[in-house]
Formats: sequence, C-alpha cells, structure tokens
Amino acid sequence: MASNEVKLLSSWISPYVLRAKIALNIKRVEFESIPETLFPKSDLLLKSNPVHKKIPVLIHGDRIICESLVIVQYIDEVWASGPGILPSDPYDRAIARFWAAYIDDKWFPNVRALLVIEEDEAKKATLEQITEGLVLLEETFTKCSKGKKFFGGDNIGYLDIALGCFLAWLRVLERITDVILLGETKTPLLFKWALDFSSEPVVQPDMPDIDKLHEYSKGFSQRLKAFDKKKK
Amino acid sequence: MAEVKLLGLWGSPFSRRVEMALKLKGIEYEYFEEDKKNKSPLLLKYNPVHKKVPVLVHKGKPIAESLVILEYIDDTWGDIGPPILPKTPYERAMARFWPKFIDEMCIPTLRRASWSEGDEKEKAKNEAATLLKILDVEVKGKKFFGGETLGLVDIAAGFIACWFGVMEEIVGTQILNKDEFPNLCDWIEVFNNDNFVKQNLPPRDRLVGKYEAHYQAVKQARAA
Repeated sequence: MASNEVKLLSSWISPYVLRAKIALNIKRVEFESIPETLFPKSDLLLKSNPVHKKIPVLIHGDRIICESLVIVQYIDEVWASGPGILPSDPYDRAIARFWAAYIDDKWFPNVRALLVIEEDEAKKATLEQITEGLVLLEETFTKCSKGKKFFGGDNIGYLDIALGCFLAWLRVLERITDVILLGETKTPLLFKWALDFSSEPVVQPDMPDIDKLHEYSKGFSQRLKAFDKKKK
Repeated sequence: MAEVKLLGLWGSPFSRRVEMALKLKGIEYEYFEEDKKNKSPLLLKYNPVHKKVPVLVHKGKPIAESLVILEYIDDTWGDIGPPILPKTPYERAMARFWPKFIDEMCIPTLRRASWSEGDEKEKAKNEAATLLKILDVEVKGKKFFGGETLGLVDIAAGFIACWFGVMEEIVGTQILNKDEFPNLCDWIEVFNNDNFVKQNLPPRDRLVGKYEAHYQAVKQARAA
C-alpha cells in the first residue's frame, strides 16, 4: 500500500466512525471506507485493533491508529494545513478535550443504556441523566461558541464532532422512548446547533438516515443485551 | 497570587501525575491539599462537574481531568523543560492511546482484582493478566514507554508501578510477577528507581497505611 493511502475500518451505524469521517472530510482527505461486519468481527479488525477490537481504525500507510478521539487529533495534526479541528488556544483546547471526555465517559453510557434497560424506574432515571447532561452541554455551548454557530465558532471543531456524531442515535432513541431528549424548550441553543451541524456539507453525506437507523436498532438492542450479558 | 495552583490529594495517582508534569518542566505552583470527605469551596467552584482532584488553575482559569491537564501543560509550556508528549503525529497518537487504555481498562480492573473477593476477584485477576500482558509487550525493548526518556505514558502508568504494588502487598496477591510480565517488571524497576520519579511518588509507608485502612473498610462493609 502507498505510504500515504488512507483507509478507515467503518460502519454506517457507528457514531465513533462518523467522528473520523467528519475529520477526514474537513481536511478533504481522500480515503477508502472498509465496511466492517461487526457480528462477527473481521480478521482485519482483530488484527489491526487487537487491544479493543473496535472501530473506527484508521490505517494511514503502514500506521494504524485506534480510538475515535485519538484518530481525530491525529488527522488534525497530520493534515495541519487544512482547517483546524482542535482550537488554537491551549486553554480552549483543554476545555474541548474535557467536554469530549465527559461526553464519552459520563454522558454517552447513559444513552447506550437506554437501548438495553427494560425496567421503567431505571429508564426514567437514565432519561433524566441524559437530559441533565445536555443542559450542562448547552451551558458549555454558550461559553465555547461565543454567539457563533458551533462549539468551534464559525466552523465545526473537535467538540462539535465529539457530540454531533451521536445525533442520529439520539433521534432514534427519542422515537423508541417517545421522549424528547434534545428539545427546543430545555436546550434551545443545542437544538438549533443540531440542525446546523447535521446539514453541514462535511457531515450530511455520512450522517445515517434516521428511518434506516431506527429499523436497524430493533435487532441491535437484542444483540447489545446478549453482548452485555456475556461480559458479566 | 500564584499564577499556577494545583488542587490535589497526596495519595491520588491522578494528582501525582500533574505534580510530576509540573516538576518535570520546572513550573512553580501553589499546592492545595484537598480532603475527600470535606471538599473545599474552591474545588467545588473549579470542578463543579466531577468535584474531583486534580484541578490545575492557571491565571484563574481551571482545568480538570489529569490527562487533559497534562496535555495543557505540554501545550502551554512547550518551550520549557523536556516535552511530555512526543513531536510527531503518530507518536502523539500512541502517547494518547495508552494512557486511555490504562485509565479506562487497567486501573478499574486492577482495583477490582485487589478489593473484590470470590468469583468477581478471580474474573478480575484473569482480566488483569490479559491487560498487563498487553503493556508488557508494548514496553519490551524500551527503557521507558516513551523511549529513552520519561513521557506521558510512563507518567500515566505510574499507578501500576507504585500504587498497584502496594495494593498487592496489602491483599496478598502476586498478579504482577516477573515470570509472566518480565518487561513490565523491568520498567517498574527503572521507573521506581529513577531519581526524579522517586522524589515525586507518595511516601510508601503512608500509602500502605491508607490501603490497609481501605481494605479493612471494604471487608467490614462486606461482612455487614
């Protein structure tokens, strides 16, 4: 393979893969998307990401990079001449990294849990935590955007990508639970941001179709529950 | 008013990471020792989301989460002292990948392997062995994870070198042994005996006391 060829082990359903795709689109990097079967995992995936066995995996020449946020930062640093993804100021960078870590470590596990929780009380508590998290992120948006369209300002940045990748799944979960998670009343700025983000040219072509994702989620819930049971 | 402040805990591996990074770069800072059971108004103000240490405050602006702080230190004082992250994008990606692995997978598993019992303990011990093997392979042939000099991964892996060693002593396990993990054990020896590191780890006897008390509390809670 040529030393500068870029490949991405991917899947249309994965928000983490979407992060990598958006970053590559922002930098206008041509890449080959290699669809991953997931159930079962392909040999290529197991070989290129033996530690986590997860997508996305970025293969750049002979280099393999795993973990979506590590990949996004790698893309930002390799194709440094393109539009910047991380903010340029060190403090703004720290804030972006802090909230991206919050989204992954604290907020999203609740979203994922919604797909497998059966009991009503637990579901209610989880829904509340998701909404509380979004209210926090709405405050963060005010501070980071400084009146502009995105967390990153005029253009999509690291934190936009970190949160925006989950929008399609959020909308699917709203349909499944019949609860508004990202609504105009509680989070008006994020509600608008979500529309702006989804229609950006670097996002829109790769954002999964919500009807298609909803259909997919029906079988996915069952598989997630089985996977979680096995891990215990 | 000091330009750089650190809210920390003497026994916290995450807090010590930040102290190590600041000292590596020779940055002066004012240190505030927190109390887990009685969190200061300053901590609650500067880290309302997690209410945890470490929190770095630079010119009045707070930053939380140890790995975020370490990158901030490297970004802000890039020209001062040795680098914490490598220079090339690929090496930087690796330097980010491993601390995440350590924090998300190794530390929780090593803690479970120490403090739990019965089936849960056995399962955790097996998982721990798998994870430690991965690190053992990664450090093979290198003095430090960062190569010839201490870097972000070494600082993050300090938990394994110091804190986990004390845990094993208290609970009587030998998960981390030279037979199964020769390279990792070699790294631990180099790390723990490094002059700079030695000065920046918590006093061992104090850590022993802390973990002994924790172990007693865990056992009592189980018996109740």
